[in-house]
Amino acid sequence: MPLNPILALGGVAACALFTLGATGAVGWLPAPDQQFLAGSELVTLAPGSFAHPLPGEFLRQNHPVSAPVVRATVAMPFEIMKYQVSASDYRHCVMAGACKPADGHGSGNVPVTGVSHIDAEAYADWLSAETGSAWRLPTDVEWAYAAGERFRGDIEAGETDPKNPAQRWLVQYRTEASLGRQPDPQPRIRGGFGPNSKGVADIAGNVWEWTSTCYVHATEAADGAGIASSIDNCGVHVVEGFHRTYMSNFIRDGKSGGCAVGTPPDNLGFRLVRDRLNLVQAAIRWLRLS
Amino acid sequence: MLTRREALLGSVLAAAAAATVGSMPAMASAKEVAGLPREKVTLVAPPFVHAHDQVAKSGPKVVEFTMTIEEKPMVIDADGTQLNAMTYNGSIPGPLMVVHEGDYVELTLINPDTNTLAHNIDFHAATGGLGGGALTLINPGEQTTLRFKATRSGTFVYHCAPGGPMIPWHVVSGMNGAIMILPRDGLRDDKGKPVRYDHIYYIGESDFYIPRDEQGKFKKYDSAGDNYDDTVKVMRGLIPTHVVFNGKAGSLTGENAMKAKVGETVLIVHSQANRDTRPHLIGGHGDHVWEQGKFANPPAKDLETWFIRGGSAGAALYTFLQPGVYAYVNHNLIEAVELGATAHFMVDGSWDDDLMMQVEAPRAIAS
Repeated sequence: MPLNPILALGGVAACALFTLGATGAVGWLPAPDQQFLAGSELVTLAPGSFAHPLPGEFLRQNHPVSAPVVRATVAMPFEIMKYQVSASDYRHCVMAGACKPADGHGSGNVPVTGVSHIDAEAYADWLSAETGSAWRLPTDVEWAYAAGERFRGDIEAGETDPKNPAQRWLVQYRTEASLGRQPDPQPRIRGGFGPNSKGVADIAGNVWEWTSTCYVHATEAADGAGIASSIDNCGVHVVEGFHRTYMSNFIRDGKSGGCAVGTPPDNLGFRLVRDRLNLVQAAIRWLRLS
Repeated sequence: MLTRREALLGSVLAAAAAATVGSMPAMASAKEVAGLPREKVTLVAPPFVHAHDQVAKSGPKVVEFTMTIEEKPMVIDADGTQLNAMTYNGSIPGPLMVVHEGDYVELTLINPDTNTLAHNIDFHAATGGLGGGALTLINPGEQTTLRFKATRSGTFVYHCAPGGPMIPWHVVSGMNGAIMILPRDGLRDDKGKPVRYDHIYYIGESDFYIPRDEQGKFKKYDSAGDNYDDTVKVMRGLIPTHVVFNGKAGSLTGENAMKAKVGETVLIVHSQANRDTRPHLIGGHGDHVWEQGKFANPPAKDLETWFIRGGSAGAALYTFLQPGVYAYVNHNLIEAVELGATAHFMVDGSWDDDLMMQVEAPRAIAS
């Protein structure tokens, strides 16, 4: 499906703005959240803007180039889980029959791993129903904003000779190899990788995180300003962590899920964002629940 | 029926060895051999190969090698799965030895007393004495020296064969490698024209059988002996838990990827001591392939995938024509991707649009 260029480029950010922008009077229902929030402390991030390399594959004059870096803006404060969803939190959803058991071996206060995008969405739906709040995966922009100084993005080749496509493959391969990251498959107790400057824990540790942003092929405009056309594929989502990658929605094990030549994610997990609902939304949700 | 101790010491084979020794040929040639020049070679760990002449510069000689057997735990995948490995010289596979046809291979095999098991070596290239296995069985704390004549050219597997059920267990615990016996005048293509290589890489493929616990996680054992019973049960299912190159999934990728340049010719020696495999170079070919590894036979040309029989080593010669990152895989792709049998070549050079170009980059389907 060809997308409007503005939408394609700004879609990620716009999505964040739209949901947050709807906030009027804050009216979420506090009571049922408490039992789950014991394990899901939230960090509130203040509005701001930052330079953000877009996710996806980008072409300029028929050859691949590094992703364009845009000014992304988060217009309203938003709340994101301080820690990744834990194995024990996820287990509540499994016990309730709303989530499939995870493939990860960890239990208790370690991040749940061995979960697909589908599993993460099922958990968000279940948690929303249980708590009366609107929980969802962060967009790529939100994740990057929360990741702060720990955000890396794609491993890029920079400028390469368009006459030699192999140059780009080799530079990317060498860059990734030179990072020297060793496999680190064992999930640690949550908080083990420490907080970043924004107080968000375990960013870029050994659990990569699902986002709600779709994989996209985009062609830059001939004059280099903006995107001329793009096609997204929401069967594949952006996964963020030590580096950015892209995984099919049903993949639970990052090691077998992609990255034909690169370093694969050690584990796949997720954390959620809680949307603030305005009074009307809160009322509808409350009515639906009751 | 063997007791476990008898099995570990290989006593059955020792009896066989005694019988074989009596029928060895007379020592008539010993004096002649004693008069030959000698060369001492220091082995290097795969995928690299010790320096050698592709065309022999002189007559036959005695080439001396030393290998020390090391029993030690080795990590075989990114999850940290541990194999109680048994190795020749500390690596899986053992190092590639290179000599010329008509040379004598003289191997000193050392089994340090820090090891717990008896070991030996069976060279498929050698004639008689169970390939040398009958003359080399050594306990921890012993060493032995074997000499055999390299009478046939080609790539050949060597492996540990300490008797009965010990044989497959030692082999799938890592005790295998290969020797390359070059024709004295070097390699020749199917028309008899000499061919040379700029680089040689040795890839030894292993099938591992690691037992799992009740939760399905791979088990760890304190020593090789502890895993024997469990491992044999997995082995008897004939489905490996790992199929890897050079001892570990990812051992030949990233910083350890093999390297070449466009225009350079690479000889890839590939051994599998236990199980069939089918190497394939993604985006490349086998220009000249000695699928069975024996250089007296003309090489096959232009292969896409070649077959290495379990218990043999083959050789493929290829000149890189295009730059890029190449994957070299066992083209049972399940074994390549899920079980680990993938290596990479990084090839620098200029792109050839005549061989390939992207005429149009991906875009929306024209309506």
